[in-house]
Amino acid sequence: MKLTLKVWRQKDAADKGRMVPYELGDVSPDMSFLEMLDVLNEKLILDGEDPVAFDHDCREGICGMCSLVIDGTPHGPQQATTTCQLHMRHFEDGDVITIEPWRAAAFPVIKDLVVDRSSFDRIIQAGGYVSAPTGSAPDAAAIPVPRADAHDAFDAATCIGCGACVAACPNASAMLFTAAKVTHLGLLPQGQPERYDRVTSMVAQMDAEGFGGCTNTGECTAVCPKGIPLETISRLNADLLRAATRG
Amino acid sequence: MNELFTEGAPIRDERAPDGPIEERWDKRRFGGKLVNPANRRKLSVIVVGTGLAGGSAAATLGELGYRVKSFCYQDSPRRAHSIAAQGGINAAKNYRNDGDSIQRLFYDTVKGGDYRSRESNVYRLAQVSAEIIDQCVAQGVPFAREYGGLLDTRSFGGVQVSRTFYARGQTGQQLLLGAYQALERQVAAGAVEMFTRHEMLELIVIDGVARGIVARDMVTGEIETHTADAVVLASGGYGNVFFLSTNAKGCNVTATWRAHRKGALFANPCYTQIHPTCIPQSGEHQSKLTLMSESLRNDGRVWVPLDGGDTRAPGDIPEDERDYYLERLYPSFGNLVPRDVASRAAKNVCDEGRGVGPGGLGVYLDFAEAITRLGRDAVAEKYGNLFEMYERITGEDPFTVPMRIYPAVHYTMGGLWVDYDLQSTIPGLFVIGEANFSDHGANRLGASALMQGLADGYFVLPNTISDYLARGPLPKVGDDHEAVVAARSAVTDRIERLLSVDGDRTPDSFHRELGALMWEYCGMERTDEGLRKAIDRIRELRAEFWSGVKVPGENEELNQALEKAGRIADFFELAELMCVDALHRTESCGGHFRAESQTPDGEALRDDEHFAYVAAWEYPGAGEPPVLHKENLEYENVKMVQRSYK
Repeated sequence: MKLTLKVWRQKDAADKGRMVPYELGDVSPDMSFLEMLDVLNEKLILDGEDPVAFDHDCREGICGMCSLVIDGTPHGPQQATTTCQLHMRHFEDGDVITIEPWRAAAFPVIKDLVVDRSSFDRIIQAGGYVSAPTGSAPDAAAIPVPRADAHDAFDAATCIGCGACVAACPNASAMLFTAAKVTHLGLLPQGQPERYDRVTSMVAQMDAEGFGGCTNTGECTAVCPKGIPLETISRLNADLLRAATRG
Repeated sequence: MNELFTEGAPIRDERAPDGPIEERWDKRRFGGKLVNPANRRKLSVIVVGTGLAGGSAAATLGELGYRVKSFCYQDSPRRAHSIAAQGGINAAKNYRNDGDSIQRLFYDTVKGGDYRSRESNVYRLAQVSAEIIDQCVAQGVPFAREYGGLLDTRSFGGVQVSRTFYARGQTGQQLLLGAYQALERQVAAGAVEMFTRHEMLELIVIDGVARGIVARDMVTGEIETHTADAVVLASGGYGNVFFLSTNAKGCNVTATWRAHRKGALFANPCYTQIHPTCIPQSGEHQSKLTLMSESLRNDGRVWVPLDGGDTRAPGDIPEDERDYYLERLYPSFGNLVPRDVASRAAKNVCDEGRGVGPGGLGVYLDFAEAITRLGRDAVAEKYGNLFEMYERITGEDPFTVPMRIYPAVHYTMGGLWVDYDLQSTIPGLFVIGEANFSDHGANRLGASALMQGLADGYFVLPNTISDYLARGPLPKVGDDHEAVVAARSAVTDRIERLLSVDGDRTPDSFHRELGALMWEYCGMERTDEGLRKAIDRIRELRAEFWSGVKVPGENEELNQALEKAGRIADFFELAELMCVDALHRTESCGGHFRAESQTPDGEALRDDEHFAYVAAWEYPGAGEPPVLHKENLEYENVKMVQRSYK
């Protein structure tokens, strides 16, 4: 099929950036979206132009490195699917597709479609862990975890840290990302000792990074490729309230 | 063959203590020097890579009080490719009371590796396996649980006990996030300095000792030098030499290859694992291959049409015109033969012209019988997420059409040679995880990669490195030291060279061609003739690369084409060594199948008399043939037998 791509091009962080149209023929419906961009880039290199920079790595939907706002939706039109797993059979011959980076103050653009998400790492640094230095662990069977709790903790822990939730949120809030980690660790016995300090510090760091506040619009969970539920945000808010009132 | 390599002095591991195998790790820990806590903060360690091995090592070294610099090429340490591991992690916990033990895990691993791994190392791996599960649970890794709240386990290929701990189909992700969180905790504590979007491009060696690295800041292009008292490489495997593999796109050999060029021996480069159940290539544009969990072979039946050139839809081919070749060839193991056997059988039927799908490179994995026997719901419960993943990629529904699968490169058992301390032949350079060669011999068992990465990073390296660091701190090295200046200019010269060729082919086009060549001649089946052909062609292609590659842009920016080109240049050199290694090892063993060495019924035939050794290769200088150093493998605790799955 033949496509028209409108791609955000921005030389570096200081550049203002603009949408640039490209015509691309010979797109196979079996290509993944990123393989389609590979084809574009091969062509650009041979034409002596600068290829489009985009983040990607595992290309199997788990590393969280790929991004892209495709036709206005983070990770594109297919639900519960990262950009790297989106295939061109979901598009039509002759389509015009717009491709933009994540847009958020806390995710500054580095080049073209590549953004800086190190703010997510700093939120984890603020408390997204259990303090368990190597060697200090009791026998694994000494800590039973109710099956349902392990199940819910796992669901929250499947967050891949891609940042689609932020890109979709009208406030560019990192609430779903933060809540996923707070929920994962807060549901497990191992996470209890630091539970309330964790939520307080992580939310403070989220604010310090310039992410917006949460107004429960739910766009985050709608685009989340791993389907992290909105309920995690309720858990975060409950823990935050408890942390504030326990003094 | 003499023109292709020369043979040097044998090599041996000097670090594993003598005596009963179960006492060696204790003895080594007691015999090694310690560094007192107050002195640790004067000692610095560089760790390259943040997967299970590198992430856990950097976190643990930080907790111990060393000053750590951690490097990864991704935008966050959480993205390392360990994250994609699906199945699980082995540990000799014997929670099932089903007869498991350290001895049994040790035995299974040595046998699974087709008797080409070092006994002392594998025994230690089995010993620390139980501690890994304890550590990960303490960190909050959400392993699967039974109703009573205790840990669940499952069985995995090639073993008869249930020792595999798992977190649905995302065990690697959950273990990596555990290590990542421990690492970020140390970053917050100031013990670890993190360098993301940084790529190691050279090793700095001073007076024969590893003292640092040259790294490129992939955002600004700045070439940085970092020095320390020791360097740890945890940069993963080299499966991407085949272009198409289950590795992440960025996985590369540059860190270990640069160290090899500086004197670290590279062991068993030809040992690659080819996984039988991957989604086949759909066209020329294919950029990577996706694994479908091995567990599917429990209920799926593998078949191809009886006759070549049969283009009917699978549903239109009657039972008596199908060949369930694994069930036919291996009646006792059937569809559950080990990875290497299943992969080769698929290649054989496709070579006979009986493959299915585009290009005839695929075989059916059919669930129709299981759906009839168990019901659609039961099959969906077991494999639903895998079926969805398959449909997302291929657009076909495995409930109605059989899956098409084909083998793909998945893991590399070879890597830099290390001793029992995980130290390479360059003092001060340690190598852990998939980047070293140590534990899997010629074939890795399922769920053992995660075990080895975390064993090395959490428990082995942090103990053995202290014996080395106790001699420090070494004299400080300034940026103006001649070895540092030389390493830096080697990097800048190479980048300038890549940028200045300005040819007419893209880096990827060379990589694809190299990969196809390696797959053809150094993939599932290798022959003397094919490997020689490959070596000649690799040399030509490498010359074409250096005169014909087109790398756009400049160094002083985010330049992904430049990153690729540098990695491909190193893959070319590795590819040649892989072929030489495969050519010299005229036996078949594990993942290495030489057509000339097979039993009358076509199975791999080992030659223990001539090849019970580790092939450790020395880099003698550009254009010179590599030098082979043999480490003899002695088996005192397991008896060597020929594997059979008939």
